[in-house]
Amino acid sequence: MGKTLFEKVWSAHVVKELDGGMDVLYIDRHLIHEVTSPQAFSELEKRGLSLFRKEKMVATPDHNIPTKNQHLPIKEALSRHQVDTLLANCAKHKVELYGLGHPFQGIVHVIGPELGITLPGRTMVCGDSHTSTHGAFGAIAFGIGTSQVAQVMASQCLLQSRPKTMRITVNGGLKPGVLAKDIILYIIAQLTAAGGTGYFIEYAGSTIESLSMEARMTICNMSIEMGARGGMIAPDQSTFDYIEGREFAPKGEAFDKAVAYWKTLHSDQEAIFDKEYTFDADDIEPMITYGTNPGMGIKITKEVPLSLGKGSQESFNKSLAYMGFKPGESLLGKPINHVFIGSCTNSRIEDLRIVADYVKGKRKAANVTAMIVPGSKQVEQQAISEGLDQILSAAGFELREPGCSACLGMNEDKVPAGEYCVSTSNRNFEGRQGPGARTLLASPLVAAVTAIEGKIVDITKHLN
Amino acid sequence: MDKFQKVISTGVPLPNEDIDTDQIIPARFLKATSREGFGDNLFRDWRYHQDNSPKADFVLNNETYKGEILVAGRNFGCGSSREHAAWSLHDYGFRVVVSSFFADIFKGNALNNGLLPVQVTDDFLSGLTSAIVADPKTEITVDLVNQKISYLGLSETFEVNAYKKECLIHGYDDIDFLINLKSEIEAYETSSIVV
Ligand code: SF4
Repeated sequence: MGKTLFEKVWSAHVVKELDGGMDVLYIDRHLIHEVTSPQAFSELEKRGLSLFRKEKMVATPDHNIPTKNQHLPIKEALSRHQVDTLLANCAKHKVELYGLGHPFQGIVHVIGPELGITLPGRTMVCGDSHTSTHGAFGAIAFGIGTSQVAQVMASQCLLQSRPKTMRITVNGGLKPGVLAKDIILYIIAQLTAAGGTGYFIEYAGSTIESLSMEARMTICNMSIEMGARGGMIAPDQSTFDYIEGREFAPKGEAFDKAVAYWKTLHSDQEAIFDKEYTFDADDIEPMITYGTNPGMGIKITKEVPLSLGKGSQESFNKSLAYMGFKPGESLLGKPINHVFIGSCTNSRIEDLRIVADYVKGKRKAANVTAMIVPGSKQVEQQAISEGLDQILSAAGFELREPGCSACLGMNEDKVPAGEYCVSTSNRNFEGRQGPGARTLLASPLVAAVTAIEGKIVDITKHLN
Repeated sequence: MDKFQKVISTGVPLPNEDIDTDQIIPARFLKATSREGFGDNLFRDWRYHQDNSPKADFVLNNETYKGEILVAGRNFGCGSSREHAAWSLHDYGFRVVVSSFFADIFKGNALNNGLLPVQVTDDFLSGLTSAIVADPKTEITVDLVNQKISYLGLSETFEVNAYKKECLIHGYDDIDFLINLKSEIEAYETSSIVV
């Protein structure tokens, strides 16, 4: 019987199978950041343990940092303490760290791939649910809790039950104005916010194959928003080309040898998945969310539904009340005062280029505050070297320094209570971008058009 | 980790669906570097107004409902991997969360912290929720050893991974287990094909 991509990578990492369906799974790379690691370091110290394989770890601060004046000490005492704790722990335990100002600093899920740490066939974890991003390279990558961070620190392994497998196939060419973000918002709207729970997803089909690595990362990133443990895409020539020459990627002969192995990482033709879905790219249009979970998405030109097929009406009504929307109404014409372009979903160079390309020679609407936050120092530098910073500032966008920023309402960057924000991030939960903030998830292109128009529009009528 | 065998308690009903980790503990309260004290900010924005005064209509501010068992709606704990969600529920005083569906990472985090996620059928959940609302003194028994939850003579069995069950009953955790596999892990490393 054929094997799925997931099964190939997983079984190559099983150290030991236990009774009762649990495997001891070896972890090739462990990314850490300031928010979910301090208690893990303390746990280790409490037990008198040391790091088992510190050379397989990389650390960077991203969640709880300002995105302005990063060269100055962090103003807020608790945030400063949390970041300092990461620095101290990394110094003490000799973990590779890219601190503020370091040319490799950035959101963990942006720097892993761009530094060549994320490779096909690897297992990767991080104390952050969007670790699923790295699956775009054909890695098994998933988020873990802090107790598990401590487990990996102590043993480079995790006890895991093997998830079920799901394949989502998307075929065909994309319509103008439709980006990877629209594909994944469309899929989540079809499957619901819990539709992937218990599964590891493989994305396949001609549409997926035609996507750049950046776009594939956007798709895998949001797998967790369906409840899936992770998402992955079989590596191909685009993957190898992206990896070649990156800082920590294998070089020369080692690279060729690696590619030969990576080429075996695809689902066999006879492989059987526990669940399969197939979608047609032609059905996908620019999307936006109207509710308080990422499954509550619609085509931007369509109306808010009257109810959700599954789920209670009460929860649905509560969600709409929070958002200030009515069942059955169209979002077109709704004034929007905040636009956030950033987060591990859409803060890579390609995203910045899409925005700059659209806003070039235009000016944001007077009512809009538009923030654009690169995912890493490298993305920031690339944007500057391409002159995107000039284009963006001429259009009235504020280009910040790298970090998670307004994705999660933890650092200084927040959306004010009651305000709407069209955001390229991944979660529209109540208060996610700040207490009372109302988030509408969309692609970088929808965000860019919204910033220029100052309201929600049918973007297909505004394409350059 | 505390040992867990059986909990007999009244329950706190919170029947909302898709309760995500940002509701359980908003990100701005994740700045601490220790595990303690998160219970104060459990369900912060549902529990308090922005001026920190309690919201009278939220169930945790309602003296009528008390207990170690949270009875929540479907798809509890979706969203982030923050273990702070499990810590805050446990720190507040909950030992059990009952729902008809749990998000994966939350479930794992809860089990790693002595907080038992009990997954029941939708029917059982709505029956239990109504019973608590009708009589807040309704006693609920969660018996981990026999994997059974019961109230007012009604009961249902629930699933729990056999290994995790042992861990909970004896109060030990995965680190204890994994560090004893050192030689097998080292043997794996020398044979691995992955670069
Ligand atoms: S950008 Fe947002 S989703 Fe991504 S790691 Fe940071 S906080 Fe998490």
